[in-house]
Amino acid sequence: MFNFLANPARFMRIFGPLLPWCWAVAILAGGIGLVLALFVSPADYQQGDSVRIMYIHVPSAWMALGAYTVIAVFSAIALVWKHPLAHVVAEAAAPLGAGFTAICLVTGMLWGKTSWGTWWVWDARLTSVLVLLFLYLGLIALRGAFDDESRGQRAAALLALVGFVNIPIIKFSVEWWATLHQPASVLRAGGPAIHPSMLWPLLLMAVAFMAYFAALLILSVRAEIARRKADALLVAGRRQS
Amino acid sequence: MAIFCAIIANDLRLAWRRGADTLTAVGFFVLAALLFGFGLGGDPSLLARAAAGLIWVTALLASMLALERMFAADFEDGSLDGLMMTDAPLELAVLAKATAHWIATGLPLIVAAPGIGLMLNLPASAFTALTLALLLGTPTLTLIGAIGAALTLGARRGGVLISLLVLPLYIPVLIFGVAATEASLSGAAMDARLMALGGFFLAALALAPFAAAAALRQAVR
Repeated sequence: MFNFLANPARFMRIFGPLLPWCWAVAILAGGIGLVLALFVSPADYQQGDSVRIMYIHVPSAWMALGAYTVIAVFSAIALVWKHPLAHVVAEAAAPLGAGFTAICLVTGMLWGKTSWGTWWVWDARLTSVLVLLFLYLGLIALRGAFDDESRGQRAAALLALVGFVNIPIIKFSVEWWATLHQPASVLRAGGPAIHPSMLWPLLLMAVAFMAYFAALLILSVRAEIARRKADALLVAGRRQS
Repeated sequence: MAIFCAIIANDLRLAWRRGADTLTAVGFFVLAALLFGFGLGGDPSLLARAAAGLIWVTALLASMLALERMFAADFEDGSLDGLMMTDAPLELAVLAKATAHWIATGLPLIVAAPGIGLMLNLPASAFTALTLALLLGTPTLTLIGAIGAALTLGARRGGVLISLLVLPLYIPVLIFGVAATEASLSGAAMDARLMALGGFFLAALALAPFAAAAALRQAVR
């Protein structure tokens, strides 16, 4: 099944047509979601309008984790089946995931400033998201650190799997550590039941973020395939002349 | 098993003759602690409160210094290819190299740690816990570091890269190591923290050799 997709042309024939649909979903869901989030949904009775940061913050946090899962799954496929395109997908997803993680951190800090009165607290979630950002940066740096491109890809795929095993361990240690340092009152434990007027824009935004991620992923895979094709043509041209 | 012992003996002999790895690790450890003494102003009560964390962070950084060298020499002179051609599993060779590396750089840190504890005014009651926690924690650091060292073989700026890869993975050990050391100060039970450190060690012992060996295979191929 995976070998079937190893042919770049076939891969793009299947996933290329999805691209406009991804853009459409991203723009539609994002547009409606933003209107609902910014104008229709009620302001929080405690936080006022700053609660609207949530509609960017929470989906980007989901995507930060989702992108790492995508990287780990495709890295496993690439290592087990020696699938060349899986490497390309994993490689393309890393900067996107890092971007979502950065958005999550920045919006989180803005939200923290308005609702907790401070830019940064050494809270379990904040800290583990920061660690996640460094895992992403490590992946990107390792991939670019070798003269031999495929060597960097294989090393980064292995690192992605090591990181995937470690993320839960880091997450739980950091949570345990944060509860030692301060009571867990900052983030509402259990989470309050969210009202439909806030849940719908949130879900729409999540769908929009996912479609946006998929669109960018397909786009960068296509660009990478085109780059390789150009390289191959260049080499072939030199050989002929 | 014979290969396992031979690799350890060989690596230790090399480390002993060269001495640089051990010296840089311990030297960095002591110097960094000294700098913290200056940086924090030498107030004994402040130092006492920060000591456990400072010792752990500096020990962690010091143990990272020589990581780059774990497989590099063997990679460059080709003995890594030789190791791969033997009948013994590569995982075993990785474990042997990590063991030798820990004896050469981790163990000296543990020996030096109480001295730095004295410098930083760490209360005497914490010394046992500090030593136990370091004994359980530093092998985990070395095993995780072996993965990083294998992944970055032949990379540009490998030394800087290794810290970026490995430091996030060190966080659990740091958290529980400091917690175990501090628990003994407040009189709280440190068993649970030490057990968690032991658990990390066992998990790393079981998994890290496979990951590092896989990384070595794709580096040499």
